[in-house]
Amino acid sequence: MVAADLEGPYEPAVSRADLGLRVHWCVLPFRVLLVLASHRGIQMYESDGSTMVYWHALDSGDATPVQAVFARGIAASGHFICVGTWSGRVLVFDIPAKGPNIVLSEELAGHQTPITDIATEPAQGQDCVADMVTADDSGLLCVWQSGPEFTLLTRIPGFGVPCPSVQLWQGIIAAGYGNGQVHLYEATTGNLHVQINAHARAISALDLAPEVGKLLSAAEDTFVHIWKLSRSPESSYIEAAPLL
Amino acid sequence: MSMRTLPLLFLNLGGEMLYILDQRLRAQHIPGDKARKVLNDIISTMFNRKFMEELFKPQELYSKKALRTIYERLAHASIMKLNQASMDKLYDLMTMAFKYQVLLCPRPKDVLLVTFNHLDTIKGFIRDSPTILQQVDETFRQLIEIYGGLSAGEFQLIRQTLLIFFQDLHIRVSMFLKDKVQNNNGRFVLPVSGPVPWGTELPGLIRMFNNKGEEVKRIEFKHGGNYVRAPKEGSFELYGDRVLKLGTNMYSLNRPVETHMSGSSKNLASWTQESIAPNPLAKEELNFLARLMGGMEIKKPSGPEPGFRLNLFTSDEEEEQAALTRPEELSHEVINIQATQDQQRSEELARIMGEFEITEQPRLNTSKGDDLLAMMDEL
Repeated sequence: MVAADLEGPYEPAVSRADLGLRVHWCVLPFRVLLVLASHRGIQMYESDGSTMVYWHALDSGDATPVQAVFARGIAASGHFICVGTWSGRVLVFDIPAKGPNIVLSEELAGHQTPITDIATEPAQGQDCVADMVTADDSGLLCVWQSGPEFTLLTRIPGFGVPCPSVQLWQGIIAAGYGNGQVHLYEATTGNLHVQINAHARAISALDLAPEVGKLLSAAEDTFVHIWKLSRSPESSYIEAAPLL
Repeated sequence: MSMRTLPLLFLNLGGEMLYILDQRLRAQHIPGDKARKVLNDIISTMFNRKFMEELFKPQELYSKKALRTIYERLAHASIMKLNQASMDKLYDLMTMAFKYQVLLCPRPKDVLLVTFNHLDTIKGFIRDSPTILQQVDETFRQLIEIYGGLSAGEFQLIRQTLLIFFQDLHIRVSMFLKDKVQNNNGRFVLPVSGPVPWGTELPGLIRMFNNKGEEVKRIEFKHGGNYVRAPKEGSFELYGDRVLKLGTNMYSLNRPVETHMSGSSKNLASWTQESIAPNPLAKEELNFLARLMGGMEIKKPSGPEPGFRLNLFTSDEEEEQAALTRPEELSHEVINIQATQDQQRSEELARIMGEFEITEQPRLNTSKGDDLLAMMDEL
């Protein structure tokens, strides 16, 4: 467990001004890195927090004075770490098995509004090569296949509310929205299969227990719900049932 | 964090300040013409064009201390004076009230309706003064122009920026405690009943679709809350039914303004930290204050209008007592910093601060090399 503190001893220091800090453990094939994303940039630490191995300052070049500049949304995919930014671009970092020789290998274009969240899972097989989903403030979801070059497979349009949280499990995309709904999409087709009127306020976070296929949604209405995800035995369409 | 937050923060806090001052002016039986003058002077200073121009520039939020300085200046824009203890209480009430309103906004965009509610009431205070009315309407139009087209995502960022500003503020307000919207530990109660936000469906339904988008199954479930449909959307026009009640005037003559200061020291840990650690943004804050207050046009009190002191407490003794027993951490003592390094800015701020008329205590040292903030201390 990691608790993000606003005072850190390392340069560039995480200071009081780093509000809206996001933290994520990135589990890669040969190492685990702790990644911090804020309005200053992206910091990556060894998993025990002892050394900072990489620092990426955000490029605010295109930003107008009124735009907030920040990094948000962190996920690991194979030996890559992907971090979203305020412009909608997703930065892809290539991580070596050890050491600080981390390289920004690609910048993915697909979103026009700030990234909110990124979800990844190992590709499910030949029929489903999608292994990453990115979400943004407009509610747009982009489905990707990772690799030396990432490929955009599908786009799932938004409907006027942000998508603060997204999960990917067995080819199912679970997206939580600012209007309290949870949607489940088929990653290969982008089709909507389940729509849950789950909460009375914006969804803050989704989490998923992959071994048992249970999805948790937490929202600003003070409630937490747990849903069982499954596929219909006849049609293999995605289904959901309320557990809590 | 959003760069568009300051105007909303300033106008709503200002609105709350006016509600509280209006209530206290009536409770203290200040003659109608004097009370009206005070409100008119403050409102006219708040909505001054130059000041609004500075306010609406994209910028980050500064600290609560920096913002408080602006309100202290505003509160003294007329013939009314406030002692330190009363100013402290006023600021506490203002901030807790707006924190409550932001927290309870059903949609992030509804903070704009809260702002409009404040402005609607402010217009009521000055309905006999067409020039000030025009200033307020001008600001109204600017708000509609700038915020009317923002996306839900941008409003969510504004909401987060505001909530971070109010983080760790848990002052208990007796009216909130009585109405059971605040608990004894200072936390607000989030309701789980009432209308859902405009654009949100009632929770409790799962719909499942096939590949063609046709619904093939549905499950209903118990949600746990007790919600109803939203009746209609509030108006974002210059005039209209806002529907939302947050931001309307909750004070009346029968509801005294009180805060509880005792027993809240457990929640003050972060306030202590804030006042002890050197503030790296201090210089930027001074610049911000210089810009904003430079835009404030304070009319010098002309004519024989004598000043008077407003008390936020029910008696002078209570006010004195509050000043003595205020927890150390909550006293708004400013930090001493070397502001003299930025000589030009310091001089400009010194000039502005010099406009404070303090007739009771003569200023002991007037050398320019003095800490600016030491001067602010004397208010």
